Formats: sequence, C-alpha cells, structure tokens
Amino acid sequence: MSTAAAFPDAGSVDARALEIQDVSKRFDVAGRQVQALSRIDLAVGEGEFVSIVGASGCGKSTLLRLILGLDTDYEGRIRVDGKSVERPGLDRSIVFQEHRLLPWLSVEANVAAALRQSRLGAGEKRELVRDHLQLVGLDPFAKAYPAQLSGGMAQRVAIARALVTKPRFLLLDEPLGALDALTRLRLQDELLRIVRQGGTTAVLVTHDVDEAVYLGDRIVVMHPHPGRIATILPVTSAVSRDRSDPNFIRLRDEVLSWLGVSRAGNEAREPSVAEGTRRFA
Amino acid sequence: MSLITFAGRGPLSRGTRRSALPLGTIGRHLRPFALPAALLAAWELAAHAGFVDARFLPPLEAVLARAVAEIGHGDLAANLLASLQRDLIGFAFGGTAGIFLGLVIGFSPLAQRLLGPLLLVHRQIALFAWVPLISMWFGGGETGKIVFIALAAFQPSLINTWQGVAAIPRSYRELAAVLTLGWLDFARLIAIPGALPQIFTGLHSALIYAWTTTVGAELLLNIAPGLGGRMNEGQHLFHMDLLLLCILLLGGVGVAFNIIAGGLERRLLRWRTP
Repeated sequence: MSTAAAFPDAGSVDARALEIQDVSKRFDVAGRQVQALSRIDLAVGEGEFVSIVGASGCGKSTLLRLILGLDTDYEGRIRVDGKSVERPGLDRSIVFQEHRLLPWLSVEANVAAALRQSRLGAGEKRELVRDHLQLVGLDPFAKAYPAQLSGGMAQRVAIARALVTKPRFLLLDEPLGALDALTRLRLQDELLRIVRQGGTTAVLVTHDVDEAVYLGDRIVVMHPHPGRIATILPVTSAVSRDRSDPNFIRLRDEVLSWLGVSRAGNEAREPSVAEGTRRFA
Repeated sequence: MSLITFAGRGPLSRGTRRSALPLGTIGRHLRPFALPAALLAAWELAAHAGFVDARFLPPLEAVLARAVAEIGHGDLAANLLASLQRDLIGFAFGGTAGIFLGLVIGFSPLAQRLLGPLLLVHRQIALFAWVPLISMWFGGGETGKIVFIALAAFQPSLINTWQGVAAIPRSYRELAAVLTLGWLDFARLIAIPGALPQIFTGLHSALIYAWTTTVGAELLLNIAPGLGGRMNEGQHLFHMDLLLLCILLLGGVGVAFNIIAGGLERRLLRWRTP
C-alpha cells in the first residue's frame, strides 16, 4: 500500500498521484442549490506539498472531504493512481482543525485506533505507535488522556494518528488554525520536517497565507461563490523557508493580492513575527 | 532539614488551619443529615407527647427493639436477601435487554424507525398498569415478579442508551469513516465509550426503579419471602414497628445502591476528570 517515495523536487513530480478533474459540487441549503465547488482541476504529484488557501466559503474543506471519499456525490473525477476514489481508505488520512481525539482513550490508544484495519501483528502495531509518538515528541505521554494535553500536544497526537498508517496522502484541514501563534510556528516546522522525512504527499488547506507559503511547494489560491481555483503559484527554490526573505514576502504579497487584499504602503513595512503569523480571515 | 522547615512553617500553617477547618468541614459533612435527624426527632416527640396514637406511630425505640429482635432471629435478614436477589435478577435481565436494544436502535436507523414509536408509546404506560397482564401471563409467583422488575429496569436503560448512542457527535462518525472502522470497532472504540456516561445514568435509575418495583411486586403479586411479604405481615397483624422498620430498610438499601452506583461511575469514567 505504501510505496516508498523518492524525494522528488517540485520540478519533476509525477503528476498522476492525485488527479482532480473538473470537479463540481452542489449543496442543498434550505431548498436552494449552492455551488460549493466549480470545475476544480488540480493534479498533485508524488511527494509534493500543496497548499490551498482561500477565504471561508471557498469550498477548500469540501474539496478535502471529496478527496477523502467521505462524500461521493459530485461531478467530475477524483483519482488516485488513475483509480477513482469511491470511499475512505487508509492511503489517505486527515488531520482536522480540532484534534478529534477520543477523550476516553489514552494517547497511544488513540493513535492505535487508526491501525484497527491494518493486518500487522500486535507487536508491529505497538512499535509503529511508539515510533510515531516519538516522531511528534510525545512518547512520554503515551498513557496520558487527551484532556491532560495542551492544544498543541493534542494536535501532534492527531498528526501521529494520521501518519501511523503510513498514508500516501496526508490531508491537513487547517490543522494549526486553533492554536496560538507561537505553537503554530513551532508546529509548522515540525510538520514540514515530518512530511519531508516520510516523503508523504500533503495537501494543506489553510487561510493563513504565511503558512501556505511557508509549507507549500505550490500554492492553490481559491475564490469563493462558487468555490473555484483562481490561480496556482509555484513556490520556487528562490523562496527559502525564511519568513523575512524578500522573495518570501513578495510571494506572500502576491497571494494576498490574489485574495483581494491590497497591500498599501508595501515598501514601508517591515516584516515582523506578529506580521508573519497574521492570519487572513 | 525537613525538621527545620517544619518547625519554621509549622505554627503558622497549623494556626490558620485550626481556625478555618474544623467547624466548616464538620458542618458541611453533617448538613445532609440535618433534615432526617429533625424528622426523627419530630417523630419521637409526636409518639411520646401523645399527639398521635402510638399504635399507629410507635416511638423510635419500639422500631429499634423490633430491629434488634429481627437481627437476633435473622428473619428480616433472610427476607431482605430474598428481596435483593429478586431485585438484582430482574435488574440484570431488564438492564441488559435495555442496553442491548438501546444500542441496536442507536446504531440502526431502520431499527429506530421500526421500534422507536412503539417504545415511546410503551414509555407512556404506567409501570403498574402491566401488573394484571404480567400476573396473567407469567403468574404471580417468582417469574411474574422478576418480569415486572425487569420491565422497570428495562425502560430507563433502553432510553438512555439509545439517546447516548444517538448523541455521538457527527465528527466522531466521520473519524470512524476516515479510519475505515468496521461497525464492531465503531461500537467498541467510539459508540459505547461515548455513550457510557448516559448508559450509566440509565443503569443508575434502572437500579432505583427496580428496587421500588421489587417492593411493588411483593405487595401486589403473590406473597413470598421478601420485605414486601414482611410488610404485608406487619399490616395484617398490626405490627406498625415492623412496617416502619421495613420502610426504613427500603430507604437504606436505596441509598446504598446510590452510593455504590455513584462510586462505580466515577471509577469507570475516570477519563472525564483527569
């Protein structure tokens, strides 16, 4: 199930890993049809990190639900390795905005819950759980209950749970949106390290432009009503993972302008940490 | 070293504690007993001052003397055990059936559509309305009594389990889908633990319902060993002290059930108060 991924650079990705073709989705809201997604086309390559950014209501979370296979009532095609997605599968896992840990299970049992359908032996499962708790630095808290953890710790457990099945695709639905600014910055680095290390293909939905630029190999900017792709911007290697780098700031401003936020007095501004973590709502 | 710190801090902390603690905590611990004690005092006063006929309300010491005598020859203890046994068998049957059916209805929308309305109607029927039917179908003996008690325990455990499972948040159902859990894993990992607080609430009331119904069954159906039987005896032989002793005992058992159930609940739901 988990093919060992090489570490392709953004230029030479195999664009067939995840294909979203001409996907439209309508909802029935109080008897009225609402177009949530309109003609989405997106191909994600093996090992790529794609950030999807947009204002609330642009359908970005809906798109993740469709990729997961939680909702199959849509037009168009979503394919993994050329095969249509029909239901949830362990090759695609997700980290939600709220950690969604089961409060009655210990940290390790929460992570192990993701392995219920796996055919591995009990010993191997235990090892996997331990390894992944180590990966997020929470192995000393294996026996703790979610209510005893801070928000950031709980979200790290959720990340471990999402990764323990060694999924090909890690879907991130504003995973750091509910955390405080400092924890968010720290977890962004951690997320980047973990995803790079495992060669996992990641799709991140966020409304934090800074986060999208910092983590993504490509940035998909979406517009709302109906939800559609406005543009896709590559994050070139010139943009280092340095929030105060001029290239970084230029790209962030470009994304912001695509989102309709004019940046008057651009030149005079100095990027600060507070600015760097500024959320676009 | 510890001696020094103790000597240094001791007097002050002890001093403040002495002034703050004793009266407050003792008062707080005694508060629940204030009203019962006042009632007992009123009872005693009424019996002795001749406000009431002592034949109808014997003084406390007469009840106490009856208790001592009963403990002596072990009659009441045997009756209490017979009642408790009947109660717990009925509770076990009714509670298990209620939880099982509650889970089925909670899980299956089809079962809910089929059985839901019926069960809601069933809920509206007073428990004691079943007595004639039960005694016709199962007889007034042991079987009929246990069926009646089981019926009392069934209702609260069913309704609470059902509601508990139905209240599992959508986000957890979604999680189960994402983790591709089968229905058995969903029940084991999510639905049952999630509904457990409600299931306990149901079992807790089932325990109390079953106990009150046990006495009802013993009074309304055939006379058999049990507290209800002794109360019948007390009524017919005009032994008011025995009757009052039985009532006190019934209350005592109910309180004991409450304490045991509360303790179990706290132990099993530890994750809620880490």
